[in-house]
Amino acid sequence: MESQPFNIERSDIDGGGLRLVLSGALEMEAAVAFSVALERALGGHDGSLLLDLSQLQRLDGAGAALLYGLRARRAEAGGQIQLIGARGRVAEILTLYDDSSAQPLLRLSSPHVDTFTEVGQIAWSFGLGIRGIFEFIGQVAAASLLALRKPSSVNWTGFGGLMERAGADALPIVALIAFLIGLVTAFQAADTLAQYGANVYIADMVGLSMTRIMGPLMMAILVAGRSGAGFAAELGTMKVSEEIDALRVLGLDPIRFLVLPRVLALVLMVPLLTLLADLVGIVGGGLIGITFLELTPAAFVNRLTEALELWDVITGLILSVAFGVAIGMIACERGLATSGGAEGVGRFTTTAVVTILFHLVLISAVFTILFQFWGV
Amino acid sequence: MAAVITADHLTIGWGDFVLMKELCFEIEEGDIFVILGGSGCGKSTLLRNIVGLEQPMGGTISVLGKQPHEHETPPYGVMFQSGALFGSMSLLDNVQLPLQKWTDLDAGAIEDVARARLRLVALDGYEHFMPSELSGGMKKRAGIARALALEPRLLLLDEPSAGLDPISAVELDDLILTLSGNLGVTTVMVTHELPSVFKVARRCIMLDKQAQAIIADGDPHLLKDSEDPRVHRFFNREPSTGAAS
Repeated sequence: MESQPFNIERSDIDGGGLRLVLSGALEMEAAVAFSVALERALGGHDGSLLLDLSQLQRLDGAGAALLYGLRARRAEAGGQIQLIGARGRVAEILTLYDDSSAQPLLRLSSPHVDTFTEVGQIAWSFGLGIRGIFEFIGQVAAASLLALRKPSSVNWTGFGGLMERAGADALPIVALIAFLIGLVTAFQAADTLAQYGANVYIADMVGLSMTRIMGPLMMAILVAGRSGAGFAAELGTMKVSEEIDALRVLGLDPIRFLVLPRVLALVLMVPLLTLLADLVGIVGGGLIGITFLELTPAAFVNRLTEALELWDVITGLILSVAFGVAIGMIACERGLATSGGAEGVGRFTTTAVVTILFHLVLISAVFTILFQFWGV
Repeated sequence: MAAVITADHLTIGWGDFVLMKELCFEIEEGDIFVILGGSGCGKSTLLRNIVGLEQPMGGTISVLGKQPHEHETPPYGVMFQSGALFGSMSLLDNVQLPLQKWTDLDAGAIEDVARARLRLVALDGYEHFMPSELSGGMKKRAGIARALALEPRLLLLDEPSAGLDPISAVELDDLILTLSGNLGVTTVMVTHELPSVFKVARRCIMLDKQAQAIIADGDPHLLKDSEDPRVHRFFNREPSTGAAS
């Protein structure tokens, strides 16, 4: 049977009350019509209300929820609504959704804290976080010492796969990005150098910048995005799916089983990727020197060998080892700290990448100052 | 019978939140012991305290005469709710892992033992399958195979039949009875599934969230007729007053 459109008729009753007769179908689709018709019918009335449902042909769960919601809000404001006249299916739906026995929402109590307490709590939790990081560094250091004494205590199964994932699989993107960085760096400087007739110094600029900072830093950022995020998400998923707990009850130390192989894979792979990045970046820069600054390949290479010292490459490699340790440690620490299901894995992976990026910049600054101090 | 697990005024929870206070119970050797209770009452937390993954907030728990963290080798096998198989390893590798860690067996013997464990849980032929290629029931059976790898005297199972179809659930119950009957393994099981409880449990305790205590302890068939309305409702699947019928 086709229902009539939803409608509300108003009739005043004795004693200042108001009676609204609902007719047609009050269903999900009529929610907007209900609000509009109700506002029009009420006309600002905020006293007692009788909702007559005897003419209502159909009602669904959403319609019942609207009626009970209206009754609850009016009750909170000190008013009263009575629902009368419901019959048949409409009455059944109303009974099913009746909220008169609903329990109040349970909330965890959050006692009021003043600003000083709040600052103290933040400082305390920050301190706990720092303590957690030092504990983790200590655990990794202890496990590393044990691994040096007894290499079989580390899980080497899959170590090759980890190096492949962190290193070999990254080769194409590393080569492309390093080439473009060298190219763009040289291209930006080409005009200025040409103005002063210092074309040949493009080799100094590209060589030094790629080996000392750009190569290591850009590769570390790339590895952080690829392997750092991957390791954090992998360990995080293992944590939320109880695999880490399973490891512990089998008497296997997650640090030796999961963390050390990953950190070591990065410590080995990041310097190798950096070397490749140095080389490809310099080729990119050389290409600009040859095509835009009219240098011969021999002139570029000669100048490069004069400008670059072995220490320039070594400092970059030292930096890349530090980056590898930082990426591996932070990614694994965040992964093992994950909680909160799939959403937690996403959240902790994000914090892992952000934390790694911050530390890469910090490590760069510290090592740059140290190298300056040591005169290398 | 000697007690395999003894809880003495054990208080458990997480963070500052206390779930259960002053629990006292003993689990005897060879028992199939079930921990029951409504959602969120602390059943799994109790299991995690037994295996040493969580520290008690008060009191003590001893497993085979020692605190859980004092055991040098794991004295128990644990099957987690999801099976918790290592996703990057085949089933065979999963079961071999504890054997590689804790035994001096050579690679061939380790493989033989691991295959035998998988055969015990009817997963022979699936040795080289990855966990992602298995159904929920098979993952749980593989989890039991790994838990049994070191022939523990004590097996702990967290919701073994949750989410399984009725046939798989019955098969798992039969497996638990077989392990207990033939191998004499003491089994501690956390579950909601009443058919499983009635089939396998020799003794159970029921935890209650409001009371923060054990409100029933004994044979599940007898507890069905308990005079405590909370226990009676639970065992007879009767909703509390006010719930929709």
